[in-house]
Amino acid sequence: MTACDDCLRRTDLIAAIAGRLQVEFKRRDAPARVLALSDAELLDVGASAEVRRRYRGFDAPAARARAGAAGLRVLCGCDAAYPSRLTDLADPPAALHVLGSVAALAAADGVAVVGARRASAYGLDVAHALGRGLSAAGVPVVSGLALGIDSAAHAGALEGPAPPIAVLAGSAHVAYPARGLTLHRAVAERGAVVSELPPGASPHRWTFVARNRIIAALSALTVVVQATDRSGSLTTADFAADLGRGVAALPGPVTTRLSEGTHRLIQAGAPLVTGTGDVLELLAGVAGREHAAPSPPRAAPPPLDPPLARLLAAVERGSGALDELAASPQDARAALAGLSELERRGLVRRGFSGRWEPAAR
Amino acid sequence: MLARVLTFAVDGVQARRVWVEADVRLGLPAFCVVGLADKAVREARERVRAALVNSGYEFPLRRITVNLAPAHLRKVGPAFDLPLAVALLIASAQLDAAVVERSAVVGELSLTGEVRPVRGVLAVAEAARQHDLLRLVVPRDRAREATLVPGLEVLGIESLDQLVTTLRGEAEPPPLPEPPPDAAEPLPDLSDVRGHNALVPGLEIAAAGGHNLLLQGPPGTGKTMIARRLPSILPPLSPEEAVEVTRIQSVAGVRGAGALVRTRPFRAPHHTISASGLVGGASPPQPGEATLAHHGVLFLDELAEFARSSLEALRQPLEDGHVTIVRGQGATSFPTRFMLVAASNPCPCGGGGAHCRCSAADLARHRRRLSGPLLDRIDILMRVERPPAASLRQQIAPRSAAVAARVVTARERQLARFAGAPERCNAQMTSRQIRELGAVTPAALRLLSELYDRHRLSARGHTRILRVARTVADLDGAATVSPEHVDVAAGLRLDDAPILVGAA
Repeated sequence: MTACDDCLRRTDLIAAIAGRLQVEFKRRDAPARVLALSDAELLDVGASAEVRRRYRGFDAPAARARAGAAGLRVLCGCDAAYPSRLTDLADPPAALHVLGSVAALAAADGVAVVGARRASAYGLDVAHALGRGLSAAGVPVVSGLALGIDSAAHAGALEGPAPPIAVLAGSAHVAYPARGLTLHRAVAERGAVVSELPPGASPHRWTFVARNRIIAALSALTVVVQATDRSGSLTTADFAADLGRGVAALPGPVTTRLSEGTHRLIQAGAPLVTGTGDVLELLAGVAGREHAAPSPPRAAPPPLDPPLARLLAAVERGSGALDELAASPQDARAALAGLSELERRGLVRRGFSGRWEPAAR
Repeated sequence: MLARVLTFAVDGVQARRVWVEADVRLGLPAFCVVGLADKAVREARERVRAALVNSGYEFPLRRITVNLAPAHLRKVGPAFDLPLAVALLIASAQLDAAVVERSAVVGELSLTGEVRPVRGVLAVAEAARQHDLLRLVVPRDRAREATLVPGLEVLGIESLDQLVTTLRGEAEPPPLPEPPPDAAEPLPDLSDVRGHNALVPGLEIAAAGGHNLLLQGPPGTGKTMIARRLPSILPPLSPEEAVEVTRIQSVAGVRGAGALVRTRPFRAPHHTISASGLVGGASPPQPGEATLAHHGVLFLDELAEFARSSLEALRQPLEDGHVTIVRGQGATSFPTRFMLVAASNPCPCGGGGAHCRCSAADLARHRRRLSGPLLDRIDILMRVERPPAASLRQQIAPRSAAVAARVVTARERQLARFAGAPERCNAQMTSRQIRELGAVTPAALRLLSELYDRHRLSARGHTRILRVARTVADLDGAATVSPEHVDVAAGLRLDDAPILVGAA
């Protein structure tokens, strides 16, 4: 199963004129228009003589070999395995390069979990918990492997059974950012890392926006966890809305700008979700079917002893340091043991700053 | 004529034997010093010449050759002045060779003949005793130090003339200086601390097991104050430790009246210190802060402000308990067994908890500054918060003596555990020792495995919790480590999971 020559050639062309396309994207206001152009129009837009020569003499077997050498499978629209959801786009990717399992792409309706790169510990925590919860319910998590929310969501998703799916702005086999190499490998192993660009292509500004349309198109629902009002993750929400897919957002503290984007989405009508449960409900509505509740059922965690319950309540009220939780050395000793137990039960976590915080569930 | 006088050169924290050989013969007057002497030693010629003449002795106007043997050892510093003068006096027949039999001489000379203090007298005295000498001549200012070594007759001398008359038997040896009044300043007491009673168990555990400690919190909350009170709850120095500490301070020239040091050293270098300032360096090698803190506390305030290279240099000292400085002439080893206490702000903005304005990227960057060799070796993390007004008024920490008593008992249990082995406290336990001597219950181990899985601990983190748990058990007087002890230790641990920014 591999892409046909024409689609490969088109992909190669797009990669070859990627730099020129950056200018083109600025000129037209919708990226969709550019990628929907036919090959001939693309050549007119920005191909040098060299590029035209290359286009005319395109060596498809060599391109396939290059992809194979990088460990990538290539799918094109002509292929049965090409995700049908992508055809909803006006400008679907000509070819999808896949590192990992092609079958993962055809799996159940995924949910995109996206957000800001500069995220706060709160955002990372809830993104991680959401990724974990969705994966536990068998829902694939789709995201971009960017720093911050994207990575946190996938890190959480890896803790559950559902295959994670990542869409990159550059070649699929190259971890970007380089710091995320371990995560990149883990996602490729358990799910799939895809890109519409051939191996060797490097990311451009427009490719980040372009890949967001793929993220939105692959998913039944897009959830924005945390975004400033200028965050790139909002474009994913826009694409989803254009496609008629669901968009949801999580609220955040009103005292920082980090959630201004998500708050704006909510004001514009996106449903407010607070966690896995809400997202699953929304997904059921959008996709038209129920999802298995994550096990064990959220209903009844084992009841806490009164001292532990008091300790948990204090942490939830914001007391995060031993000083605030105990008044005497004896109390402090008991509090230490209690906090440790609460941590083991997943009810609190210790932030890097040393303070105890309630854990997102 | 040829004369030989024995002296000692300080090398690291020890003293090595040096022979000062003086050959005086007929020939054109010359005065030449050989034996890898540094500038200060070569300048001895001027000092000795003037001192001899000004003390009323004859300076031989002949061909003088002085050799400092062994010739491969680099000789540094002015401590050879006095032995050189004595050698010259013997070689020019102004003093009898027999007077320096089985004796050694150290001291600097001023132009007037006055004997000035030198560093490392205790190390010299110990070496003298080891070489089976009977008498040691030292500057009177440092004589007290030398008397700490039993079996050695100490002559504390104030001037060249006094030395000669004493050696000739023409005068009584001068009396040793009075021991200094026991005006040891009382250590700052734990009860000075207000509003942080919840931190006392953590401090107690750190002190009892010798565990390295990190205090994190916004500025002005009392981290430095708490750190400075740690020595008051540490067990007192054992006699061997006291001698080691005194010797180190003597070599480093730290001002001391020469009496045996009684309190554990507390060193708090400023964060602009260099790597060699921290662990030692220069040529010849001088002890760094880590050595000066041997058997005591090294306090690094504002940990994030220290140069990364300086902190990296602490890796070997923390791991091995000693540091080796290699120079052209060889390697010198300095001891560095200290308890590390560090204080830092939790994040760059300095706000605390709810007031923190940092993004996760800022936090990660700040964390990266701290991470690496040091965080890996810190066993206990405590968060110091700004106390509410009520606790400032009402919460008064217990007196140091009460806490110290419990710490001492816990330490005794540890010493009993390590009988024979060189380790002295739980923080130094190897993982094998924990397995064999720790007496950890299976239930506790199961709990620890749960923690290991849940929080993605490293193997080091796993061992760390066990060590601290063992200390908690020791403070309780428990023979075995139970799950509750593990829980308490886990509550004090440093979170070593990676920050989820790039999710490395």
